[in-house]
Amino acid sequence: MSTRPGRLGSKRWPDVLFRAAAVTCAALICLLMAGFFVELARNAWPSIRAFGFGFLTTSTWNPVTRTFGALSSIYGTLLSTLLALLIAVPLSLATALFLVKLAPPGLAKWVRQGVELLAAIPSIIFGMWGLFVFAPYMADHVQPFLQKVLGFLPFFRGPTMGIGIFTSGVILALMVIPFITAVMRDVFTMTPPVLEEAAYGMGATTWEVVRNVTIPYGVRGLAGGVFLGLGRAIGETMAVTFVIGNNHQLSASLFAAGNSIASTLANEFTEASEPLYRSSLIELGLILLAMTFLIQVAAHLWLNRLGRASGRTA
Amino acid sequence: MQEVPAEDRREDLDPVAAGESPRDARSAPPAPPVPEVRDRGPHAVADPSTLEAPAKILVRGLDFWYGDRQVLFGNDLEVAERRVTAIIGPSGCGKSTHIRVYNRMFELYRDQRASGTVLLDGENLLDPEMDLIDLRRRVGMIFQRPTPFPMSVFDNVAYGLRLHYRISRSQLEERVESALRGAALWDEVNDKLDEPGTALSGGQQQRLCIARAIAVEPEVLLMDEPTSAVDPVATAKLEELVDTLKDQYTIVIVTHNMQQAARISDFTAFFYKGYVVEFGPTERIFTNPSERQTEDYITGRFG
Ligand SMILES: Nc1ncnc2c1ncn2[C@@H]1O[C@H](COP(=O)(O)OP(=O)(O)OP(=O)(O)O)[C@@H](O)[C@H]1O
Ligand SMILES: [Mg+2]
Repeated sequence: MSTRPGRLGSKRWPDVLFRAAAVTCAALICLLMAGFFVELARNAWPSIRAFGFGFLTTSTWNPVTRTFGALSSIYGTLLSTLLALLIAVPLSLATALFLVKLAPPGLAKWVRQGVELLAAIPSIIFGMWGLFVFAPYMADHVQPFLQKVLGFLPFFRGPTMGIGIFTSGVILALMVIPFITAVMRDVFTMTPPVLEEAAYGMGATTWEVVRNVTIPYGVRGLAGGVFLGLGRAIGETMAVTFVIGNNHQLSASLFAAGNSIASTLANEFTEASEPLYRSSLIELGLILLAMTFLIQVAAHLWLNRLGRASGRTA
Repeated sequence: MQEVPAEDRREDLDPVAAGESPRDARSAPPAPPVPEVRDRGPHAVADPSTLEAPAKILVRGLDFWYGDRQVLFGNDLEVAERRVTAIIGPSGCGKSTHIRVYNRMFELYRDQRASGTVLLDGENLLDPEMDLIDLRRRVGMIFQRPTPFPMSVFDNVAYGLRLHYRISRSQLEERVESALRGAALWDEVNDKLDEPGTALSGGQQQRLCIARAIAVEPEVLLMDEPTSAVDPVATAKLEELVDTLKDQYTIVIVTHNMQQAARISDFTAFFYKGYVVEFGPTERIFTNPSERQTEDYITGRFG
């Protein structure tokens, strides 16, 4: 804690008031967060007691026999998110670089507004478009092509139905691109020009400057953008529910129908009148919250280490 | 510092790139057009021979625009080889703009434009045919604020070497060491080579940037107020360094510090409102300026 004069040490009443308000708000947010965890855990308790750790490692999901396992939902959530990031991160990086470094100002404005518009589309529209337009296109063109080229890999085997984990990954990518791009664009705009000039002055080409200086310099901010996208993708519900197939099965193939935690909750919550069923769904929610939380913490630790290694002092 | 054997040059080793790569253009330099020497008015030195040393850079009729606004007007200047040339003048008179022409840094920006002739060893460096990447290897630049790249001390110094040459790890280490020695930094950082460049002190960072610049064996070093962001002790070290560097390199230094110009430079150019008002041996400029404006400036009457 810094002890700058006139800051927290001051006793004049506006400062005291402001400080009290700030502390209260911060505390409220922490309380709210803790409240979520406690309430979810309390309601998930019957399921936790019934299935124990096995809930995480089995994928049977049978309301009739009252056997529940979260594995396929967790798997689908992680896989579709990973896929989304694999597609979205390079595209966002390229778009942001184009906007900041290459595009003439007029064009940059149009492209930027186009990308921002993408962020304004409600996710239900993405879902419907995904189901009625994009999935058939994937089934008829993209997936057969991938199968022909990469079919020797287990990920690209099986019937090409259009809907499934692969398609939801692509839709998710489209949905997070504007957010990642916006953050990356800001990061690139904030690189000190003189640093890049120094690299150009060494005889580096634009590509070399970007790769060796601009990106490493902004790596923390860029990673922040990636995690922002990750946070959005991992909990995205509506669009994914439309295109993922909603099937509690575990398959190596990306073309297979699957499910995610969010899609399972959206699909099944209204029908879950039986207490254990309901409790299992709530435990799914708890897992989603814990996953996002752990990912954010891990990201934070990793970024701190990265910052030290590249010599940037925050 | 040893000369890099010609076969170590990246372009020579890379047959695929030959003929296409921009790095290749130096293999067949076009015959430079000899510019007509324009009437340069009464101010600048009458003749390059006043330099008592060959002119490494010869500037004739250099004009410069930011968009529609002209900020340099018919600059004429000779930069003597292996000497220190200081550029002084009040803020906003075009000193930085002028030296940023020498490595064509201004070309990074859409609306900046230069016209005139700037000969580097007789070759017009403003000629679009000039290989920009090789020009920037030959003409290094040090900025007002230290600009260590986000990488280790070693990688900072090796940066240009890796960019321009293909050399073995052991040769690389050798040349990084000699560059750091050349920049009077080796003794301070030889146990910190793997630490980030940003972990050094400001003065050390500035010398790191000098090491990075001299590692590629440039011919000219441009320094834009290199000591304005460091403390007096570091400034003294940098000045000492400039003095040793001039045995090997042609140095152009922009400075606001009149004593500094007087101490370290052999020639001084006084800029005012985009014009080269006076140019000559430092001693004469400071003891017996022929222009009223120069005298006013160095005696502190304005600027
Ligand atoms: N990027 C730019 N766009 C427009 N005008 C500029 C730009 N950079 C500099 N100028 C203008 O060009 C003129 C010369 O600027 P320059 O930076 O070359 O001066 P300087 O002599 O280096 O000043 P200082 O001693 O303050 O560094 C100034 O009037 C300045 O306002
Ligand atoms: Mg300047």
